[in-house]
Amino acid sequence: MANHTIAHNVYVPFLEKKGILSWILTTDHKRIGILYLISISFFFLVAGVFALLLRYELLTPASDFVQPHTYNVLFTLHGSIMVFFFIVPGLAASFGNFLIPLMIGAPDVAFPKLNLGSYWIYLLGTVIVLIALAKPADTGWTFYTPYSATTDTDVVLITLGVFVLGFSSILTGLNFIVTIHKMRAPGMTWHRLPLFIWASYATAVLQLLATPVVGITLLLLITERTLGVGFFDPAKGGDPVLFQNFFWFYSHPAVYIMIIPAMGVISEIIPVFARKPIFGYKAIAYSSLGIAFISFLVWAHHMFTSGISDIAATIFSFLTFLVAIPTAIKVFNWTATLYKGSIHLHSAMLYALAFVFLFTIGGLTGLFLGALAADIHLHDTYFVVAHMHYVMIGGTVMGFFGALHFWYPKWFGRMFNETVAKIAWFFIFIGFNVTFFPQFFLGVQGMPRRYATYPAEFESLMSLSTYGSWILGAGIIIMTVNLIAGLINGEKAPQNPYGSLSLEWQVPSPPPLENFEEIPHVTDWSYGYGKKK
Amino acid sequence: MSTHSHAEEHHITSNKTYIVVWAALMVMTAITVYVSYINFGTFNIVIALVVASIKASIVALYFMHLKFEDSITWVFALFPLSLLALLIGMTITDTFTRTIVP
Repeated sequence: MANHTIAHNVYVPFLEKKGILSWILTTDHKRIGILYLISISFFFLVAGVFALLLRYELLTPASDFVQPHTYNVLFTLHGSIMVFFFIVPGLAASFGNFLIPLMIGAPDVAFPKLNLGSYWIYLLGTVIVLIALAKPADTGWTFYTPYSATTDTDVVLITLGVFVLGFSSILTGLNFIVTIHKMRAPGMTWHRLPLFIWASYATAVLQLLATPVVGITLLLLITERTLGVGFFDPAKGGDPVLFQNFFWFYSHPAVYIMIIPAMGVISEIIPVFARKPIFGYKAIAYSSLGIAFISFLVWAHHMFTSGISDIAATIFSFLTFLVAIPTAIKVFNWTATLYKGSIHLHSAMLYALAFVFLFTIGGLTGLFLGALAADIHLHDTYFVVAHMHYVMIGGTVMGFFGALHFWYPKWFGRMFNETVAKIAWFFIFIGFNVTFFPQFFLGVQGMPRRYATYPAEFESLMSLSTYGSWILGAGIIIMTVNLIAGLINGEKAPQNPYGSLSLEWQVPSPPPLENFEEIPHVTDWSYGYGKKK
Repeated sequence: MSTHSHAEEHHITSNKTYIVVWAALMVMTAITVYVSYINFGTFNIVIALVVASIKASIVALYFMHLKFEDSITWVFALFPLSLLALLIGMTITDTFTRTIVP
């Protein structure tokens, strides 16, 4: 796509410099991306272990592995760590950092020092939460009042940690918005931008505008607990539902902070391995902004049974169905891109296809929950747990794994074992479905979430779900070992192993320190596959 | 860079403007304090919020240079205000239309 050349005689890969200081003081977006990647992957595995422990407790109806209070702590830690430490920074901070400058033809992000600062703020937040583990909270990741205002576990410290993490998110979003506006290479017009960049832009807007609201909300909760000011406690003139309104004003857009970058990844992977131009480029690009905008209008669909007014519930239910439009636009366009494509089932493509399949299930089951009458029955049951995991694991995590396998050669300059990667994918895909599909049935039958014990009639589906978690866990272990082994003794990666047309593949693997020897002049979009040369 | 070279000129605000804005902020602070001693009922909070909004606006316009920025900066400055209106508006819609269970 770009008519520039790389002068190989001065090529110094960005990973060349060694030593701890070259990492902790780096302002190179690619290294900061790796720091995020290592951190979020670590927390993903830790929170995954909590999930396995939860599922092990649920293997039998009785509370025989851990005490109910420990179970409450486990699901709080699983949810909080997965949400705030892994999936919110997730793809945006790791792959966003690595890819945005490379894809738009820039030497770095707009504010490199601020970028490093964002990472250190993220680490500070994690340290605060780790200190809070001395007396871990049992509120669930949502910190709902009035319970969170009264429990004697350490809610203040964990919410303070999340408050600090929010600043990392805000500053990263700010950095990416300015970078995409100001640092694009000549000729890289808005309608030539890779779709991952459109997705990152929409995500950054959400990070910048929604995160302050949860920050203030958690600060109000801390004020209520420490100074006794009555924001949410009815006894002091407060309103517990007000907390939920504020909390979900951020946390629903946060769902899209998690998923939109993954959608951007899928838009990059599918055309490369279908060898076809992406279908409906502008529709996919603007649907990212559409999802971001609509995400601000639907927050109270988490609160239909919380005592909000019928009028508000009706308005929010109606608005919720609007989300289906931009998300369906994406799914239909990906499918149309696959149509009559020359499909190559690389492991990254398998994850992309899994995303489309599983995210569709996640999205369609959301319609049941968005409908007022059905939600009265399904609210706070395992149906919600299954729906949420189909969107978050089936969507975001599949996108994350797809991105890992797709850009791995570019990032690290090594190849992983493709056969093992496919075996891992198979375990993960089967394990995920065995774990979470039965939970739809459990939810419809009325099994509530967040209980350590359950009636014996649910045992077969519950234990099936636990067996599935073991298969899923095995798949993730195989994948992790394979990717680490690739770093140690994988073959050297060529510059462009998949024949991608995007800018990041036009530089050596791993990219040089300054990305481009000369700032490229872009003359076309990056999806012109299948054309006769 | 790409298409933004036209917006690179920077406006230089005179010291006189800064001093006038600072004086206006001080006067409005005095008004806020003075009004808080008089009982206007619910209008106390209305007056306080209106004065605070005017103060925030002139800080953004002059101290933060919004007045001299291009349209994209205005979009980023004003869009969050519409979200704030949405947050307050819809939350109040919920609160005011709830069925009170005795």
